[in-house]
Amino acid sequence: MTQTTVVAAPAAETVLPARSGRVRRLTRSDRVVLALMVGVPTLVQAVLVWIPTLLSIGLSFTRWNGLALSDLTSAGLDNYRFAVEDYPPFWPAIVHNLIWLAFLALIATPIGVLLAVVLDQNIRGSRIYQSVFFTPVMLSLVLVGIIWQLVYARNDGLLNNLLGTAGTPAAVDWFGDPDVNLWAALVATAWRHAGYIMVLYLAGLKGLDPSLREAASIDGANGRQTLFRVVFPAMRQINVLVVVITFIEALRAFDIAYVINRGTNGLELLSILVIQNLVGEGQVIGVGSALAVLLLIVSLVPIVIYLVRTFRRTD
Amino acid sequence: MRMKRPRYGTHLFLLAMSVVWLAPLLWTLYTSLRPKEVTDKYGYWSLHGPLNLGNFSTAWTQGRLPTYFLNSIYITVPAVLLTLALAAMMAFAVSRFTWKFNVTLLILFTAGNMLPPQVLAAPLFEMFKHTPLPYSLSTSGSLLDTYYAVIAVEVAFQLGFCTFVLSNYMKTLPGELTEAALVDGAGVWRQFRQIILPLTRPALAALGTLQVIWLYNDFFWPLLFLQTGDRLPITTGINALQGQFTQNNNLIAAGATITVVPALIVYLALQRHFVAGLTLGASKG
Repeated sequence: MTQTTVVAAPAAETVLPARSGRVRRLTRSDRVVLALMVGVPTLVQAVLVWIPTLLSIGLSFTRWNGLALSDLTSAGLDNYRFAVEDYPPFWPAIVHNLIWLAFLALIATPIGVLLAVVLDQNIRGSRIYQSVFFTPVMLSLVLVGIIWQLVYARNDGLLNNLLGTAGTPAAVDWFGDPDVNLWAALVATAWRHAGYIMVLYLAGLKGLDPSLREAASIDGANGRQTLFRVVFPAMRQINVLVVVITFIEALRAFDIAYVINRGTNGLELLSILVIQNLVGEGQVIGVGSALAVLLLIVSLVPIVIYLVRTFRRTD
Repeated sequence: MRMKRPRYGTHLFLLAMSVVWLAPLLWTLYTSLRPKEVTDKYGYWSLHGPLNLGNFSTAWTQGRLPTYFLNSIYITVPAVLLTLALAAMMAFAVSRFTWKFNVTLLILFTAGNMLPPQVLAAPLFEMFKHTPLPYSLSTSGSLLDTYYAVIAVEVAFQLGFCTFVLSNYMKTLPGELTEAALVDGAGVWRQFRQIILPLTRPALAALGTLQVIWLYNDFFWPLLFLQTGDRLPITTGINALQGQFTQNNNLIAAGATITVVPALIVYLALQRHFVAGLTLGASKG
């Protein structure tokens, strides 16, 4: 069930064809019930997700202190201009988000896929290995940050003691040094991300039709050829999914940087700048909203790719 | 048939990766079990005993952990139940009936869940700040700093994902099931409650497990909406603990270990459901 649902999740065309006109056959009370079943969740979703998203766009063109609504004045594009031209952490944050994306896409996600492919070969102890790699997935990113803080501590941490630099001037402060803390945070993030990708990919591999592999081996394909020419192409749905998840995770990166140092000093990220402008000392809601809108626009790329691929066949 | 030859290289690779994966966890556990006096004297990188649970009881009593845990329950339990109830109803309506906007709504629901939460943060914060509540319900006089705010947003934010997963699941149930009930004169609500919902139980169990761990682990929404320290749930509270116990890695490690325990229990008890939920709704960002 789990495997097929992932691979076949977009099987939306199974909506029964003979159904049109069905609603008209319903009694009045049935229609009230249905309207409530749709209306209540939709209202919740509209008030707490869609309308705030639209309000974010609106607020990004205003100047407001968050007090009375009458204090709200139009600002045109000033907030965007300020963010891009005069706000020092803006470009570092963009660069960090891009590095975050590249690191997840080129290192963390491939490690997860590699683990899945290796563990799919009926290896002895496969389940134990799976549990090991999966354990960090149940931890919050806050805990991931705290645990790695203990690993990365300058003199008391595991890493510097293994390197033999602990207690010497050569000891690196992995989370404190702005030149390395982004990479240190990414390693900690990858520790969790790779396990997540492994589980998804493994489920996809297990759901693959075994006859595909048999046919390939009858045709004389070796393991590598089977993997790259048969298995990966057959996993297209899940490949897209993994790419989309990787992209979204990179844009959502927030918790771990916030836990380490509130997203300053080498760990600036777009999502964190949004919050710093909203609740920080300055409380520049307009600027925060402009940053939120930029984040929204970038996020729409993977979201739209995913939605198009998932729902295309029903439209 | 695949070749059967010993795969030493593969095992070596997996063992090496496992060591890397487990090292941070074991280091944390080891640190948490060592008294501060011992690590002060010999350093953290040492094998001097004894090991005991002293840090755990100190972290538990000084770190407000019982309060944080209770707060996590107050938020997680109602939020998960509400999410599943609303998502099941919505999924039923969009998957078992064809009407004009059902696909459009499902798309919007799914999209909403994939947004970075920070996109909605400012308007939600201001909306809650400007929603007055009587002081008997909220010490802030508004929705800010209340569990209602956190629960409502958690529900709304998880709703899209759960609806998407449940509607995919319900679509796979044969149409004849409800057709027969319709002929027997069963109304929409009875079809939902007595036929579809019981058959959806595996998906609900998987999603429920996943959501419990997800909401237990959520950091951002409580951070944004709750200002009073002793209202924080554990994941947000443990971050405060880190500030409180600076210079005492042993206590931080003990607090972190305690925080893992409930998630670990849920995972070990319901492992099958959790992994199923994760892969069922592979769309989860």
